[in-house]
Amino acid sequence: MMSSSPASTRPASPAATSGRLSGERCLQIHDLMLRSRLLEERLITMYKQGDGFFWIGGPGEEAFSVPLGLLVDKGQGVDHDYLHLHYRSGGTLLAMGADPTDSIRQMRNVAADPYSKGRNFAGHFSVRRWNVAPITSPIGVQFAIAIGTARAQRAGTGAKGITIVEGGDAGTAEGDFATALVWSSRKGAELPLLLIVTNNRFGISTPYAGQHGYDQIADRGKAFGMPTAVVDGNDPEASYAALQHALAYVRTERKPYLLEAMVSRLRGHSSASGANLAKDELDCLERFENTLEERQLLTRAQMDQMRASYTQELVDASKQVRHEAPPDPSSIWDHVFADKNHVGGET
Amino acid sequence: MATMIQAIRMALHVGESRLGVTDIFGEDVGPPLGGVFTGTQGLETAWNTPLDERGIIGTAIGLALAGKKPVAEIQFCDYVFNTIDLLKIAGNTCWSSGGDWNVPLVMMTPVGAGIRGSLYHSHSFDAMATRIPGWKIVMPSTPRDAYGLLLSAIADPNPVMFLMPKALLRVKGRPGEEIPGAPEDDKLLSSMIDAPLGDRTAWKPQWPALEELYIPIGEARVAREGTRVTVLTYGRNVAMCLAAADELAADHIDVEIVDLRSLHPYDWTAITASVRKTNRVLCVNEDTEITNFGEHLLRRITEELFYELYAPPRLLAGAHVPGIGLADSLEMASVPQKDSIKAAITELARHEP
Repeated sequence: MMSSSPASTRPASPAATSGRLSGERCLQIHDLMLRSRLLEERLITMYKQGDGFFWIGGPGEEAFSVPLGLLVDKGQGVDHDYLHLHYRSGGTLLAMGADPTDSIRQMRNVAADPYSKGRNFAGHFSVRRWNVAPITSPIGVQFAIAIGTARAQRAGTGAKGITIVEGGDAGTAEGDFATALVWSSRKGAELPLLLIVTNNRFGISTPYAGQHGYDQIADRGKAFGMPTAVVDGNDPEASYAALQHALAYVRTERKPYLLEAMVSRLRGHSSASGANLAKDELDCLERFENTLEERQLLTRAQMDQMRASYTQELVDASKQVRHEAPPDPSSIWDHVFADKNHVGGET
Repeated sequence: MATMIQAIRMALHVGESRLGVTDIFGEDVGPPLGGVFTGTQGLETAWNTPLDERGIIGTAIGLALAGKKPVAEIQFCDYVFNTIDLLKIAGNTCWSSGGDWNVPLVMMTPVGAGIRGSLYHSHSFDAMATRIPGWKIVMPSTPRDAYGLLLSAIADPNPVMFLMPKALLRVKGRPGEEIPGAPEDDKLLSSMIDAPLGDRTAWKPQWPALEELYIPIGEARVAREGTRVTVLTYGRNVAMCLAAADELAADHIDVEIVDLRSLHPYDWTAITASVRKTNRVLCVNEDTEITNFGEHLLRRITEELFYELYAPPRLLAGAHVPGIGLADSLEMASVPQKDSIKAAITELARHEP
């Protein structure tokens, strides 16, 4: 079993006032960004080699998704954060401590895939012990569902956790995004909900301007009286600080906050569009590695060595998973219904 | 004797006071109205939502994931159609996560014709509902079954649809249909649990000492025993079929009526027993006839009980037209009525192989 560096649930060291994070934190973020990127590249390779049917993921979002995973209050139940993520959230899961081999298992749709038992696409995570709700392929629906977990945590319930919901810019055209804005901002019934939009400026092939008449999606939150912010999601330190600020607001005020992160889409929408490198997009990992070099936190040789070593680990893991069993055909009948109320605490 | 809507209200009271129901919500469900059919008057956990069905179903799923026990109402099933992909998610969350999550929610919604409700207060939902795997689907035809099925729905760890036949909501129970613990005197019960007209701010219900009753999901009820023809039906049509059967008894046509009560899972054992006994079968429901749930039952009966049948099995269902028209003549022509049920039963009974 491989493991990435485990995440602390609530970081003790806040962002420095300069906007810079400590060297230690930068190295941790870089490590996770690199592991996340290499994992996505491994999954794409698996797709291209016929070791999986379909790939979708988040290369280009690591500078935002990794800080999110580090800042989440990870755990089970209303005293921890609920996460309603989308299919580009692999960096968040890795930063929370997910095993990259499990992503390979889901890509290969083997029986041991812990997220869906070989039933769902890559990047469709589900981890009840960490409050990660099942990620679904329909876009936007998580904004409607997140209202429910947030309501279970609203002011007066005594719940300590909050709900974090994340979707892409194109998905905000769905009515469910408006649903979340309406339901979370009702006076006296506000919900502790952090709404995150990762804006990669595309809905599959349709450019941003082709479906939005407003400059920033975050502006939509203003009509609902909620604080909003737009952050450079290609900058992990800016993302970390923006998330810390937004999370602190939602945790304390028990009210909604809309955060828009401008990110890149480095491999297109999915394997359906080839998953080839988009050379005109800014690469957050490349930029952060230059920063770390400038700050003399890592040398290029060290980074090359890390890349080679992590790549090898992933190659080994995918070779191992290739020998793991596919789900039994009769398993289609498993879990149509639950025998027990697991979410209600029955074991 | 309690009406069906009073039975539902009492079940919700038992749910929130004893079975862990945390949230009963929907459009006009909370005070001051307490539901357009009065089903949620006086309940402690009832609250009003925005007029947003997708938000209602999404909230129910989220509350369930957070370990709560929500009962969500869609005011009329005619307005549930824009939530179908969320209903699919409620139904596939346990399966897609390999059993990691379950979604213990109840979605209740009034269905069917009978109130001259025109295009958007007359829809049925049983055909569509049974196309969404991962849900249990129940539909009572009596106040007692409404009470017992709703308690079972609340206790179930899965998503359960509770389809309320709106034409029967204000119909009182008959002998044998008592709600355990509720007074049988109509006026007494009403004075205890029905909200007064006008200002209700100071009103509180006086709940009777209700006993729990669980009608198992998946168990049909023989509403009338007979030997000549089996009628498989549910909801509003049960009472209609009973009335038809009573009249046909004069013609010496002895009709057995099986009230399915649960559409999924459905009681194949009870269906099989009845078909083996009468060898003739008619399905009756109000949903449009093309890709109708009754068609599924007939397909399975034809495949598995073919040599038991003395006559071609029949379906009497709603006309496959885009809506139910307002005029009395239009509604009557669109969904089964007592006379069309009688005619179908008679034809089946007289058919000779």
